[in-house]
Amino acid sequence: MYNSGKIIIGLVLFIGLVTTPIWFNIGKADVKPDPSLNTPVIQQMKVKHCIESKQFMIDNHMRLLYDWRYAVVRDNMTIYKSTTGQYFTMSLETTCFHCHSNEKQFCNQCHTYANIQPYCWECHVKPAQESANGH
Amino acid sequence: MDIDKRQFLKIVGVSSALWIGSRLAGGLSSVFGIKDRFDKRALADAGYEVSKMLPDPKELKARQWAMAIDIRQFKTPDDYTRCIGVCDKIHNIPDIPTKQDIKWIWEEPYNAAFPEQHNQYMEAALENKSVLLLCNQCEFPPCVRVCPTGATFKRPDGIVMMDYHRCIGCRYCMAACPYGSRSFNFRDPRPYIKKIDPDYPTRTRGVVEKCDFCAERLDQGLMPACVDASKGAMIFGDLRDQNSAIRKVLSTNFSIRRKPELGTQPNVFYIL
Repeated sequence: MYNSGKIIIGLVLFIGLVTTPIWFNIGKADVKPDPSLNTPVIQQMKVKHCIESKQFMIDNHMRLLYDWRYAVVRDNMTIYKSTTGQYFTMSLETTCFHCHSNEKQFCNQCHTYANIQPYCWECHVKPAQESANGH
Repeated sequence: MDIDKRQFLKIVGVSSALWIGSRLAGGLSSVFGIKDRFDKRALADAGYEVSKMLPDPKELKARQWAMAIDIRQFKTPDDYTRCIGVCDKIHNIPDIPTKQDIKWIWEEPYNAAFPEQHNQYMEAALENKSVLLLCNQCEFPPCVRVCPTGATFKRPDGIVMMDYHRCIGCRYCMAACPYGSRSFNFRDPRPYIKKIDPDYPTRTRGVVEKCDFCAERLDQGLMPACVDASKGAMIFGDLRDQNSAIRKVLSTNFSIRRKPELGTQPNVFYIL
């Protein structure tokens, strides 16, 4: 091989540069998202239960919110009957944020982890607790 | 390895049969690849009973909502600002001090609101009077015809509604509206809102907005906010119900509409 010295040094440098993200993050623990349910309203609830089961909400909240949005805006339906037979107003502001008033510790935990940027907040107003702190 | 045509067809046939069989076991919808991301069936597939969405039992119903504005009853500046102010407040409407201002309900001089009615030597009191203008909730809305995304649409009760989630900001609707009832958000409106009401969303940069007869209040059984604030100077009701308040007012008073010659059938009537 001609110029093998230069080529091998170049290759080592190249591989080193390309793999820098690995060297920077090696040995660091992956911080798992940890959505907090610690809000005043949730603490006061006797039975801590969302409108549907926890697993259902984790898996399907985005579908549910999409369905709500369609139903409220386009079909003038405003009431949601949950599988437990309870009735809820389909509203991000008055229903979801009533309990989940901690957007940073609740919504953003997973959304940041999964690198998802929902654009809800461009129009929908963040819970008062957050905006009071200058969100 | 050599295979002849006969062997080849056998292999293809058996493997296709196996594939189709396995897909059939997974339900017909997946055979054809039809699976809406947000299909209700997806929720049911997840093992949950499909829950129901219903209208509010208190909701006000109509076949065609309409409004009559009795401009004789608007005497002091406060009569106007009361109606405009309550709308601005509950709908988070910004106050932008340029041509880019957002308006849902606003004042205009009589001869600007009704240019074709501007006669020579007309009654000075009327000529100099301000009139409240808002979206006419046309029966045949040109804005809905031109909207390329279905972001603006007509509800069964006649309200021309905006779905801001779908608006792409093309402003075709603004070009189509003969009444100037639509405003475009050239910038983020939030810094221009005096006090944001957290119960109602603001809008974002790049969407068009307008009055929607307080559709969200009607769905909760409330009258439009300006009607409530007007102390009887604005009458609201079902135009298709002959016993409604608005039909009574229209049948006993002389009323005009803005640009009726365009055939959009505006549903805001002005009593002179």
